[in-house]
Amino acid sequence: MTELDWPILSLVTFTPLIGALGILMIRGEAAEVARNARHTALWTSLVTFVLSLFLVINFDYGSAAFQFVEKADWLPAFGIAYHMGVDGISVWFVLLSTLLTPLCILASWEAIQTRVREYMIAFLALETMMIGMFCALDLLVFYIFFEAVLIPMFLIIGVWGGARRIYAAFKFFLYTLLGSILMLLAVLAMYFYAGTTDIPTLMEAGFPREMQLWMWLAFFASFAVKVPMWPVHTWLPDAHVEAPTAGSVILAGVLLKMGGYGFLRFSLPMMPLASEVYAPLVFTLSCVAVVYTSLVALAQQDMKKLIAYSSIAHMGFVTAAIFSVNEQAVAGSIIQMLSHGLVSGALFLCVGVVYDRLHTRDIDRYGGLAEIMPHYALVFMLFTMASVGLPGTSGFVGEFLILVGAFQESTWLAAFLATGMILGAAYMLYLYRRVIFGALTKDELKKMLDLSPREIAIFAPLVILVLWMGIYPATFLDPIEVSVANLVENYQAALAAAESGLASNADALDAAARQ
Amino acid sequence: MDALPIMAPALPEMFLAVAAMAMMMVGVFTKPERAPALVSALAIAALLATGGLVVAGGTAFQLAFNDLFVVDRFAVFMKLLALAGSILAIVMSEGYVRREGMNLFEFPVLICLATLGMLMMISANDLIALYIGLELQSLALYVVASLQRDRLRSTEAGLKYFVLGALSSGMLLYGASLIYGYGGSTQFGALATYFSTLEEAPVGLIVGLVFLSAGLAFKVSAVPFHMWTPDVYEGAPTPVTAFFAAAPKIAAMALFLRVMMGPFGGLVGEWFQIIWFISAASMIVGSFAAIVQTNIKRLMAYSSIGHIGYALIGLAAGTEEGVTGILIYMAIYLVMNVGAFAVILCMKVKDRMVEDVSDLAGLAKTRPGMAAGMLVFMFSMAGIPPMAGFFGKLYVFRAAINAELYVLAVIGALASVVAAYYYLRIVKVMYFDEPAETIDPIETRGLRVVIAGASVLVLGFIFYPSLLANNAALAALSLLQG
Repeated sequence: MTELDWPILSLVTFTPLIGALGILMIRGEAAEVARNARHTALWTSLVTFVLSLFLVINFDYGSAAFQFVEKADWLPAFGIAYHMGVDGISVWFVLLSTLLTPLCILASWEAIQTRVREYMIAFLALETMMIGMFCALDLLVFYIFFEAVLIPMFLIIGVWGGARRIYAAFKFFLYTLLGSILMLLAVLAMYFYAGTTDIPTLMEAGFPREMQLWMWLAFFASFAVKVPMWPVHTWLPDAHVEAPTAGSVILAGVLLKMGGYGFLRFSLPMMPLASEVYAPLVFTLSCVAVVYTSLVALAQQDMKKLIAYSSIAHMGFVTAAIFSVNEQAVAGSIIQMLSHGLVSGALFLCVGVVYDRLHTRDIDRYGGLAEIMPHYALVFMLFTMASVGLPGTSGFVGEFLILVGAFQESTWLAAFLATGMILGAAYMLYLYRRVIFGALTKDELKKMLDLSPREIAIFAPLVILVLWMGIYPATFLDPIEVSVANLVENYQAALAAAESGLASNADALDAAARQ
Repeated sequence: MDALPIMAPALPEMFLAVAAMAMMMVGVFTKPERAPALVSALAIAALLATGGLVVAGGTAFQLAFNDLFVVDRFAVFMKLLALAGSILAIVMSEGYVRREGMNLFEFPVLICLATLGMLMMISANDLIALYIGLELQSLALYVVASLQRDRLRSTEAGLKYFVLGALSSGMLLYGASLIYGYGGSTQFGALATYFSTLEEAPVGLIVGLVFLSAGLAFKVSAVPFHMWTPDVYEGAPTPVTAFFAAAPKIAAMALFLRVMMGPFGGLVGEWFQIIWFISAASMIVGSFAAIVQTNIKRLMAYSSIGHIGYALIGLAAGTEEGVTGILIYMAIYLVMNVGAFAVILCMKVKDRMVEDVSDLAGLAKTRPGMAAGMLVFMFSMAGIPPMAGFFGKLYVFRAAINAELYVLAVIGALASVVAAYYYLRIVKVMYFDEPAETIDPIETRGLRVVIAGASVLVLGFIFYPSLLANNAALAALSLLQG
């Protein structure tokens, strides 16, 4: 495959922003503005998606290097540049972002009736931030995109959210800000050590052990909140429940992955020694998250809250896998993140479908929907199964790889994660039974219509992808394989080097003592 | 013939002094109803011309008046910022003064005189020159604060400011006299040379230094000398508050930097703890105390205290990076602060000024443009990228980390999360709440231009940060070399 000779990453990143500016220009009657804003947003995001397909088509599967690299001076006096590029780890996340955004815009087509223009601008700005974050190869550029995501998301939750939206929006914003501002200090410390914020350079900087231990904690503060890991997960159920459907989809689909991506991109390659030291901490928190939040999910009455807790449990798998650092586990964590992005996004959309009709998320108000909404029941079942991890769906591939990898690390870890899978099946099936099965006794449900063509159009790509990823995962695993292998190799090499360094130090001390 | 002092470096100041006096004459001899508008226009022109002279004077290191007065790149940088703040203050005041019984031609003249004082402060190279500049500025500010002399709040604000300001001037003068006693000179260069020969600083000198920094901390309204700020901000007429929050802070900060890095540069070990403490305290008080404020001017007062705390991180670092950080921070602070006050100046319902945060309710629906501008300024003040405010914080944190002030940096980081809460609260009121009363449309074209221009600068900074960063770095270098 050949490198493209146009700046595709910048184009993919900033096309949504251009669309947002276009929407800003729309003038006219309120209804007209709303309609035009919807169409502009949809087409912009579709164009972005098509552009991002070029990334996969032209991607060189055989190389672990960053591809489609762009570099431009930005703050030359400080060694900070606008540097973009993707490797096997980030390329799918870019695609996930560009795929979910048009679906979200479609999902908001009728659900959002107030301030449509601002809503679409916020979503397109959000898309730019997300893509830019996954493409950034400069730590400061990454940080800017990472943090800027907060602004549109804060507004989306706060303006178009549910009853307790203000509380949820503030909690989301302040929690995440607290974590990420500590990361900023660590970024600056790294900058002074290495003299640059260029990510590929930093990966080879080889920070001293003592420094790594501090840096790792600062990065952890930021990413653990984003993932979110127990016990800093409490913002997530609030934010998910109060956000509009599309907001929840993006939150679960992409924003949570920013934490996992951060661990893969920064914690492991830049701070391998610290990662090894703190791995037991991550394992413990992940196991607690997997078991505890699954139990909490089992007790939920609110559909969105249940899925929110299930997200925390699923991301617990991911964090445990990342710090197991072997090829299966890391590849599994990426697949699991992609799969979770699609599946949890789809589940939130499923909730959105019934919410749009009945305006409640209370599980008890539903029941027996299989009778009047057969298509919906089918779609919902597929995603429930994918969430449970049934073979043939995307969820299975990720969880299987993670368990294989975790087993190599520790039997106990694998045992806890497996418990989580069983509990996962329990709460998802329990949810499905209560909403879809049973007798259709409630009058208000009898008038409910099945999926509209628009809704089918939203679900169709997700159904296809979930099955594709489950039946033929090679398509998705191939591009990431080399990068993951490279990551794991470098990690092991760094650990080995540190060990031999210690050994040779000890030898030197011995020699000195003998003299 | 060296009887005539070298005066060329002080040309901008001399021009402004003469222009201010001429404007006074113009004001007296034109018809009362035409005078304010005419003098305002003249004042803007005079300040612009002064800016032009500052630029034309060049950035080379020059001394004048027997070394009382210094011009360097640092002075030019700060003077341009202070002038910009003053010009914008006059532009923004236009509608307000006409409406609120402040339609006096003295207002722009006083602003010019205050600005003159600021320019003197920025260029002061001697304790006496420092004091003269400071007093010229302060006296003009006291009068401006109480310009609405038939209103209780305004006169109260002016009086409070005067009493406390006089106290701080006294402390500063006392400190200066001690320093003179122990240093044997009032001239910064001579002091620096003498202090560098000292093995240990005498206690009297330290006491003098403490008094001097207390006086200066008062002028930049850093904790624990901040008490006057909320009252004066709230009481003073809004355009005056807008002026107070920008230009005088910049001048005082320039003075602070020049004194600390110049004559006392060698004594960093002695004053470092003082600055560390007032920086940390300002950040903490600025963020926590603002949470409970309902009056937006009071809130902005605490916000400015917090911002000064952040800027002082750079001084605590005591390095070239620290100074660069302060310069960048102050430049960005000026822009976002002017923008935010422009929005506050637009807050009126049926021709009556309102000042509560809750009056902004639903602004996003009723005045989307104004709300969007305020949103940008608030996120910028909270330091969220991609807004300019983030870069200000970035540069001071950078200095702190490099100087190994980790604790101060962490305090700053945590305080900024607390501060984010109240900035977000304003966004929440504008965007999430239902509109109460509709705010009147933006009155003057000047305000509209200021809001739009400041938003564009704050948003667009990210595309070309080098321009400011490089100039600030050069200015910082010139301060440390001079």
